[in-house]
Amino acid sequence: MSTAAEIGVWGVPLAILGGAIRVSTPFLFVSLGETLTERSGRINLGLEGTLVFGAMTGYAIAYETGSAWLGVLAAALAGSVFGLFHGWICRFKGVNDIAIGIAMMLLGMGLAFFFGKPYIQPVAPDLPAISFGWWSDIPQVQAALQVNALFILGAFLAVAMHWMFRSTRIGLTIRVVGDSTDAARAIGLNPNTVRLLSTAAGGALAGVGGAYLSLYYPGSWTEGISSGQGLMAVALVIFARWNPILSFWAALLFGGAGALGPALQSVGVTSGYYLFFAAPYVLTLGLLILTSSPDKAMDGAPGELSITK
Amino acid sequence: MKRTSTLTRRHFLNSSVALGGAALASSLNPGQALAAADLTVGFIYVGPKDDFGYNQAHAEGAAAVKAMAGVTVVEEENVPETVDVQNTMESMINFDGAGLLFPTSFGYFNPHILEVAPKHPDVRFEHAGGLWTEGMPTNVGSYFGYIGMGQYLNGITAGHATKTKKIGFVAAKPIPQVLLNINSFLLGARQVDPEITCQVIFTGEWSLAVKEAEATNALADQGCDVITCHVDGPKVVIETAAARGAYVCGYHANQSPLAPEKYLTGAEWNWAGVYTDMVQTMLDGGTIDNFVRGGLAEGFIKMSPLGPAVSDASRKQFEATKAEILKGGYAVIKGPMKDNKGNVIAKAGESFVETDVALESMDYLVEGVIGSTS
Repeated sequence: MSTAAEIGVWGVPLAILGGAIRVSTPFLFVSLGETLTERSGRINLGLEGTLVFGAMTGYAIAYETGSAWLGVLAAALAGSVFGLFHGWICRFKGVNDIAIGIAMMLLGMGLAFFFGKPYIQPVAPDLPAISFGWWSDIPQVQAALQVNALFILGAFLAVAMHWMFRSTRIGLTIRVVGDSTDAARAIGLNPNTVRLLSTAAGGALAGVGGAYLSLYYPGSWTEGISSGQGLMAVALVIFARWNPILSFWAALLFGGAGALGPALQSVGVTSGYYLFFAAPYVLTLGLLILTSSPDKAMDGAPGELSITK
Repeated sequence: MKRTSTLTRRHFLNSSVALGGAALASSLNPGQALAAADLTVGFIYVGPKDDFGYNQAHAEGAAAVKAMAGVTVVEEENVPETVDVQNTMESMINFDGAGLLFPTSFGYFNPHILEVAPKHPDVRFEHAGGLWTEGMPTNVGSYFGYIGMGQYLNGITAGHATKTKKIGFVAAKPIPQVLLNINSFLLGARQVDPEITCQVIFTGEWSLAVKEAEATNALADQGCDVITCHVDGPKVVIETAAARGAYVCGYHANQSPLAPEKYLTGAEWNWAGVYTDMVQTMLDGGTIDNFVRGGLAEGFIKMSPLGPAVSDASRKQFEATKAEILKGGYAVIKGPMKDNKGNVIAKAGESFVETDVALESMDYLVEGVIGSTS
């Protein structure tokens, strides 16, 4: 670490870059999952609970089997079960998807705390990271460019989902159902089934986001692992206008902004750190205000979404 | 919302058990119903009780109390430092019949314990880390250990291990005990080499896994090669720091299983002895002092066994300093000393020994600590 002392203020942009890569992945997966669900016309606010339950399941299965990837798979399965449950309840008449989502969030967290008790102490295997910093001799750069495979997968997924919505039959089906239940029925689609499957797939993605938290960064299961990432990610979907590619950038922005507080303190900007910790939220507010317009409010919002109806 | 649901469940379970139990006891054996449990002791934790940290240390003490005859232990985890803890205390008193409460988190003391205690003069409240002063309710006591001494000993091993002369500290909130730990960690390291500096990062909360990991990475990026912390669950900091190749010193409990090669030593609580003593005093009908303090010598704190990375020179200085501390009257803050803004905190010849109450309202970081209290 001989070059370590000279890095100085360069630590800040490096930390933002590294933080963007490290912290963004759970935001990315949850917001992709929520984009999929909301595009089909439902809101699943319960993804925070799914995230926490996924974190617990991933960690527990990785510990029991010794394979982190099996943990990710189990987290995805657990997340899809939560999604199926949400989708199944919401098909009944008069059920409000937002209220169910909140109930599911509390249920997921409660179940995760209950089943997760025996797994707080053990150490489970971590997901592997791919090093993209080989070209640099600076250890800090190498550390910042340790990129987890799930992050890359998430980036691909964002592009693939964007393509799916634009150019495939499945994407068109989801969009039709999301924009008009009547139109979907008229062309012979079953809106409930489409929404059920979209919510299940969204839940699976949120579960994977949780597995990233417990199996890679910060890399352990504790009850305070999430600190609200699942809820913020749901908000990011609206911020990203239901667009998977924009969700990816929003997640990166959020991760990077979150790294700002600790990084500034580490280079000696020590006063007012509570203010820097609020940076992600201030940034979101600022961007929302800048990009809002009274003429085309909620541009891109699915027509059947209960918050926009 | 989460708390409300568990409270309701708790109320329901407790009242139904109490009703059923009372009915059963009175019908079978009316005379002995009251003598069944001599003392019910309640423990309240701010986080999960197996967090490799603060709450685990207290829960280990609770486990020792549980093994005592004539004592029933009730516990509740994840109780926030809000009006929630007042509800939990009321519930433990009214439904479980607790006669002694250990609300263990720092923020429970003022105002929550101070508000509940006058309503229940027969119940004893013992709080870790608070500063009981004259005029506060007499059924409230505060106890704490001089764990700053443990961080001082941590600092000595850190001073020997660091090559960059920069050590790092991930801290939750700038309260006196945390500041004393940060200062002690640096001053211990400066016993080895006065050139060493300590970079501190505050996360603002007792338990924020992602931010703790980010803070640890930021410290490693700045070249800190020995890292310790004062957060509720040091697991994330220890694992992240070790993964970045830094040495680590533990806090609250023994974290050496998390990083066996990189773990130097750690400042641990030793609550089992303290709690069983207090409960025994209550059982014997005595009163616990309102203000209880102790350090290494009194068995309130202990050090983790030294790790494999600790050199012989380091081990020697560690043991010698520990022996000095065990004699009592050791001062970490002694003049001439300035804080990191240049103000004099101790004039030449002036010193604050570990038992000095003035240390419990510390509001500065000593010279050599890079960081700010606000």
